[in-house]
Amino acid sequence: MPFKRYVEIGRVALVNYGKDYGKLVVIVDVVDQNRALVDAPDMVRSQMNFKRLTLADIKIDINRVPKKKTLIDAMEKADVKNKWENSSWGRKLIVQKRRTSLNDFDRFKLMLAKIKFWVVFNVLKIGIMLGILFPIPMKAGMVRQELAKLKKETAA
Amino acid sequence: MAAKRKTPVKTRNPDLIRGVGKYSRSKMYHKRGLWAIKAKNGGVFPRHDSKPKSPAAAEKPPKFYPAEDIKKPLLNKRKSRPTKLRASITPGTVLILLAGRFMGKRVVFLKQLTSGLLLVTGPFKINGVPLRRVNQSYVIATSTKVDISGVNVEKFDDKYFSKEVQKKKKKSEGEFFEAEKGDKKKLPEEKKEDQTAVDTVLIKSIEGVPDLKAYLGARFSLKSGMKPHELVF
Repeated sequence: MPFKRYVEIGRVALVNYGKDYGKLVVIVDVVDQNRALVDAPDMVRSQMNFKRLTLADIKIDINRVPKKKTLIDAMEKADVKNKWENSSWGRKLIVQKRRTSLNDFDRFKLMLAKIKFWVVFNVLKIGIMLGILFPIPMKAGMVRQELAKLKKETAA
Repeated sequence: MAAKRKTPVKTRNPDLIRGVGKYSRSKMYHKRGLWAIKAKNGGVFPRHDSKPKSPAAAEKPPKFYPAEDIKKPLLNKRKSRPTKLRASITPGTVLILLAGRFMGKRVVFLKQLTSGLLLVTGPFKINGVPLRRVNQSYVIATSTKVDISGVNVEKFDDKYFSKEVQKKKKKSEGEFFEAEKGDKKKLPEEKKEDQTAVDTVLIKSIEGVPDLKAYLGARFSLKSGMKPHELVF
């Protein structure tokens, strides 16, 4: 199993420990075997141990230690933010954050929505199994409809 | 007493450093206008002799001297005020009761009484919690707020909730052994009316928010996987 994500200048990484936990940063230089110089649009450039970083799949095109403005422009050009938010890892983090910030009332509403969804889903499932509701050829379409519903509910 | 100025004067002699004023004694004499005071008074400072004291009433010697010194109790300047209300609890907040008969019920906060207890109502029709007093420590404040502007809670105070004083009945010997008749305490009509008066307005504003009525009707409980220190209320 060869490595696929390398530490290189321009590699985007997620900070997984410390004061800047959860931030997306760009490796801007390598200090020594263990540390990198790391920078992000909203933080002061600083050194960080590689153990505090988890490499992402995204890389941007910069020279060694660019100026802040150059860095920001390069990040815009590579569209780091959107690539991250659309990646499965990024989406998972967003969902996690949304879940932890749920209010007690929000959790209640979510519970109601889940119950509603599953009741309908199970009724339709049994209907299809018994062949009552729709003839078998329609099954694929039904499945897609359920998936669409599920996405809508959990997106709320 | 000399006449007081309407606005107190800032010091006329600012400090250069602590203990050293900017102006000398003679300069200050002139600044303060002491020469004018002297001139007004014929070259000397006005003397204010104390008024001759009227002879104090002759004190009678006390009838009783205690054998040992009696101690004076320490001074107590404590002011009693209601418990400090948490910033998260404002009128209209939905609270979760943590103890007592209505444990887990979600309830609307109305106001804090002078004793420090919180006045709270279900509303009664929604979850069976009447107008009730509740201690702040036994409550979780959620961030959900209900619009409480139409509700008048002026008349409720701690006296409203005090127990009725039972008249003591003298029991004869025979009656002692009879089981004490426990009259079912009927809730006076007046309290029922107060409850409905507060609740009808509240229920209207609650029904304006989708799902809020069902939310208040449900009890809160910790389920598997819920970590209270990580939950956002």
